[in-house]
Order: sequence, then structure tokens, then C-alpha cells
Amino acid sequence: MKILVCISHVPDTTSKINFTESDTKFDTNGVQFVINPNDEFGLTRAMWFKEKQGAQVTVVNVGGADTEPTLRKALAIGADAAIRVNATATDGFFVAKQLANVVKEGEYDLVIAGRESIDYNGGMVPGMIAGLINANFVNNCIGLDIDGNNAKATREIDGGKETVSTSLPLVIGGQKGLVEESDLRIPNMRGIMMARKKPLNIVEPTSADAATSSVSFEKPAPKGAVTLVEPDNLDELVNLLHNEAKVI
Amino acid sequence: MNPEYTQDDKTQIMSVLVYTESDQGTFKKAAFEVASYAKAVADQLGTSVTAISINVNDASPLGNFGVDKVLNVSNPSLNDFNAHTYASIIQQAAERESAQVVIVSSSADSKYLAPLLAVKLEAGYASNVIAEPSNTSPFTVKRNAFTNKAFELTQINTKIKILGVSNNAFGIVENSASASVEDFAPALPESGISVKSVDKASDKVTIADAEIVVSGGRGLKGPENWGMIEELAHVLGAATACSKPVSDLGWRPHGEHVGQTGKPVASNLYIAIGISGAIQHLAGVSASKTKVVINTDPEAPFFKAADYGVVGDAFQVVPELIEKLKAFKSQQ
Ligand SMILES: Cc1cc2nc3c(=O)[nH]c(=O)nc-3n(C[C@H](O)[C@H](O)[C@H](O)COP(=O)(O)OP(=O)(O)OC[C@H]3O[C@@H](n4cnc5c(N)ncnc54)[C@H](O)[C@@H]3O)c2cc1C
Ligand SMILES: Nc1ncnc2c1ncn2[C@@H]1O[C@H](COP(=O)(O)O)[C@@H](O)[C@H]1O
Repeated sequence: MKILVCISHVPDTTSKINFTESDTKFDTNGVQFVINPNDEFGLTRAMWFKEKQGAQVTVVNVGGADTEPTLRKALAIGADAAIRVNATATDGFFVAKQLANVVKEGEYDLVIAGRESIDYNGGMVPGMIAGLINANFVNNCIGLDIDGNNAKATREIDGGKETVSTSLPLVIGGQKGLVEESDLRIPNMRGIMMARKKPLNIVEPTSADAATSSVSFEKPAPKGAVTLVEPDNLDELVNLLHNEAKVI
Repeated sequence: MNPEYTQDDKTQIMSVLVYTESDQGTFKKAAFEVASYAKAVADQLGTSVTAISINVNDASPLGNFGVDKVLNVSNPSLNDFNAHTYASIIQQAAERESAQVVIVSSSADSKYLAPLLAVKLEAGYASNVIAEPSNTSPFTVKRNAFTNKAFELTQINTKIKILGVSNNAFGIVENSASASVEDFAPALPESGISVKSVDKASDKVTIADAEIVVSGGRGLKGPENWGMIEELAHVLGAATACSKPVSDLGWRPHGEHVGQTGKPVASNLYIAIGISGAIQHLAGVSASKTKVVINTDPEAPFFKAADYGVVGDAFQVVPELIEKLKAFKSQQ
């Protein structure tokens, strides 16, 4: 089985978010970038398929040279090869077209992406890849087993979960639950050394129009001070929620 | 493409299409919110609103939120949600109506089908939209990005546009019109995915649908103490949620984990009990309108992000708050 894991390169979850160039660009100054948490769960599940079922695992990112350390980290965790599509990831549709192209060229059976990137929160790339290559698609995936050409997947739904059966070629939008938190791997020295020798192929993008473009950013207005209520005066809290906030 | 219409007619019948979700034959609350939003967009564009619904018993209530026409699909094979099939149905409705804008909610199901629909319609898709378009030419919307740490103004450049509206961001707007309801029988493509089993608590409010969410953190010490959280939620008609470590420790199911890496919360009221307010937690819940924090530690970071706070012990405050709320509810 050939697996492609899509890796989005995002600011660490504790990052302070700022913008530059008249609020049109994300300010990367002092920001640490990491593998998107949803993709880390997906990569870990891919490693399981590699170790238990002999799968071959390639990781891919659409981005500039600055994303390479993130791809190297995925190699150090255990992926066999990496691909970087050399283009700025301007919009979900554009990225999905690039990735669909990589899937077609490499004839991957399973594409593991994340439910959403924690930066732009588009939640669109995996479904678009599936649409573009005409593959089955399971979003919010929290469990995946593959047997030959058949797949059994569990997905989170509002208020519970659902088990579905489907087949390869398959794209999933993975999230927490796909593997145990304790199974996530931190690259060790040996992994880091080996990663240096693994292939990281740079491919040029195919031409595609961006369907959307980012115009500008804005930060939420600063929050007013909290209104504190004494623990022995909870009638006041009920009153405030009813008459002031009008939420009960 | 519908051969009955000529090019000119098509521009006239162009409309805004909205997918209105239902559960067991009845519209979800989110359906009325997206319908209200669709009406606002249609007014901006000077056109009408068509809704598409699936297996709804009575679609006429949509008229109260500005919908002019409803296309209702009735077919028992559609009782289980299937993103591929549903996307195809919405695509066929969009083509029939020559829809220029297609609107969906931010439910898990809508977020699942929207990217598939975007490919079918070659449409640009903006998710987590929080306000009506700030401009229709170029078509520009404001959306949440960076997990609520910022807003992004996004321009959609394609002929057809898909908007995913964030829950509770626009609200429900009554707009009395009368909706005509038509039966719609689209072609149903084969789907490569079949549902084997569904495991869902049917008697509970879900985090996605809830107007009020009551959430507990590690400060509650153990799963045995969740009775009061459940009871508080029950009194308020709220959904229950928890912080990440609480679900990691197995005190509560994974589906209750909210925050940057869990479910997003955009409720009207979010009550955080024994939760410190780490940046990853706040990011995922800060779209909620009013936030109440109950915590023993006056320095807990959550107080900086809260509207109302009680510095106190949850084990004393929560039972007493339940009593006060019961008294309040009985007077209403
Ligand atoms: C990559 C990454 C992603 C993450 N994503 C998420 C996420 O999506 N969601 C999330 O929640 N976390 C997330 N976290 C974890 C986050 O950083 C915090 O560790 C977590 O939110 C803390 O949970 P907590 O507030 O329940 O526990 P704690 O931080 O331990 O806080 C417990 C609080 O309870 C209070 N308390 C104690 N006793 C009482 C009492 N008797 N009455 C009232 N209050 C009391 C304490 O004062 C304290 O403030 C993530 C972390 C990482 C690294
Ligand atoms: N630039 C990118 N390169 C590779 N994969 C990506 C990229 N952007 C998004 N993805 C994948 O698509 C998922 C959802 O991203 P998004 O649609 O941006 O929310 C991510 O978790 C990744 O798996």
C-alpha cells in the first residue's frame, strides 16, 4: 500500500498571532512552526500501517523552502520519502489541485490529511483532493483499518460516532482519536540522522487559479475586564446572565 | 444545465441556494440561521432564496426566515447522511436554480460535504464566515482564522461561491414570507461509502447545536464529580464539554473535548468550571458570545478572557448555582 500523508506547516499552538504589511501578511517573526496537530495524528497512523502492514509512506507539503524543516521532522519520525511542491499555499483549492496531481503521479492508494489546519482553518483540502481524484472520502476520521482494498473507518459526528465501510482509493481528514496521544513520536537522534539521507524531492507546481484570495486580517477587539461575582451572591450571576447578557 | 432556459432567462432566475439541515424530518436550528443569512445575501444581490432540504416532513417554516422556494428531496435511502450523495444533490439543485451563491452551515456534515461540492461546482469556498458579505463585487466575506485569534477578509474569485456560515454568528432573523415547497427528485449517484453503525446519544444536546455549553476541566478532580456538571447542563438545556486533559485521562468521552485541537464552540453562553484557560483551550471556545468562569484561582488566565467570573470552589459554587437557576426557571 502506498500512503501519502499531507503535512501542513503551521504556527505552534501557543503562538501569538500578528500581522504585517498593513495587516495583509501573517507575521512569522519569532513564530515556531510545527506539523499541524491533525496531521501528526495521521502520520502516526501511517507509521502503524508501515510497521504492521508494510506500507510505504511519503509525506508532502505545498510550500516554500521554509517548510523543509517540518518535512524533515516527518522523515525523522519515520516517513520514507518527502515531496515539496514548490509554491506558496495561497488557497485551499490551489493546494488541493497540487496535491491531487501528486496523488495521480505517484498512484497512492491512501491519502491521509487533517480535518483542518490550525492556521487558516479552511477544512477544505482533503475533501477537495477526494473530489478531484474521484476517491472515497471520510472526514473527522478517528479510526482507520485497511484490509486489502477494503477500509473500515470511524468518524466523529455531532453527538457521537459512526462506523463506515469503504474502499481504496481513499482520502481521510484525520483528527485526534486516530491514534492514542501516547503513541505520538518525538524524533530521536537515529531518526534525525536517517532523515538526512532520505529523499526530499522538490517538484514544480502545475498551473491552477486560486479560487479565493486573502485580502487582509484583523484582530478581535480587546476584551473588557471580567465582572466578578462573589460566590455567596450567585443570585447576582443569574440576574446578570438574564438581564445584562440576555443568554438565559 | 437546464435546456428550458435561454441565456437571458438564466440570469433572471439566478438565486441564492441554501442547504437546510434536518434531523429525523425536522429542521435543525442551524437551518433557520443559514436561511436567515441566505436572505440577507439575496437582498444584497437583489435576488431570491431557494432552500434545498432532504427528507423534511414540513418545509414551510423556512418561509418565516425569508426563503421563497424549497426543493425537498424525499427518499428513505437518504436517511443516513452521505457526503458524496448529499453534495451531488446540492450540486443538481444549484445547477437547476443557476445559483450564484450556495450557503451551508458549519455543522460537521456541512463541513464534510462543502469541499466535495466546491469541486463539483468549481466554486471557491469560504468556511467559518461570521458576517454577511462586506462587498458583493468583488465578493468579500469576513471569516474566523487562526482558531479565533484573528479574522480574515477573504475574496472569492469564482463565478459560483460557497459560504460556510459559523454557528450563532449571524443569528436567526424572522422575515416572514411564504415559501412554496416543491418535490425535487435528483439523480442519486452510487456511493463508495456505507454506514455500518451509528453510536449517538439521542437524548443529549450536541455541542454543535447547543446555545449553552457547560464545560469541566481538571479542577473537577475526577469523573465521579461530573454529576453536578450534567445537572447544571440539564437545568440550562445545555451540552456538556471538557478540556483536553479530561478526555485524555478518560474521564469524559473524546467527543466532548473542545479547543483548538478538539471541537470548536461558538455558543451564546459558555460556562467553564475548573478550567485554567490555556491558550489552546481559549482558541477553540472564544467564539462564544458570553463566557463565565468558575475557578478557585483568581490568577487563572481564563478570567482575562471571561465576561463573568466567580472565584470559588466548584464543589460549593456549582450546586448552589443549580439551585438558583432552578428557582429562576420556575419563575419564568
Ligand atoms: C498541541 C496542543 C494542543 C492542545 N489542544 C487543546 C485543546 O484543544 N483543548 C484544551 O482544552 N486543551 C488543549 N491543550 C492543553 C492545554 O495546553 C492545557 O493543558 C489544558 O487546556 C488544561 O486543562 P485544564 O484547564 O482542565 O487543566 P489545568 O490547567 O490543570 O487547570 C485546572 C484548573 O482548575 C482549577 N481548580 C482546581 N480545583 C478547583 C475547584 N475545586 N474549583 C474550581 N476550580 C478549581 C485550577 O485553579 C486550575 O485553573 C493542548 C496542548 C497542546 C500542547
Ligand atoms: N500547504 C499544504 N501542504 C500539504 N498539505 C496541506 C497543505 N494545506 C493543507 N494541507 C492538508 O489539508 C489538511 C486540511 O487543511 P485546510 O484545508 O487548510 O484546513 C491539513 O491538515 C493537511 O493535511
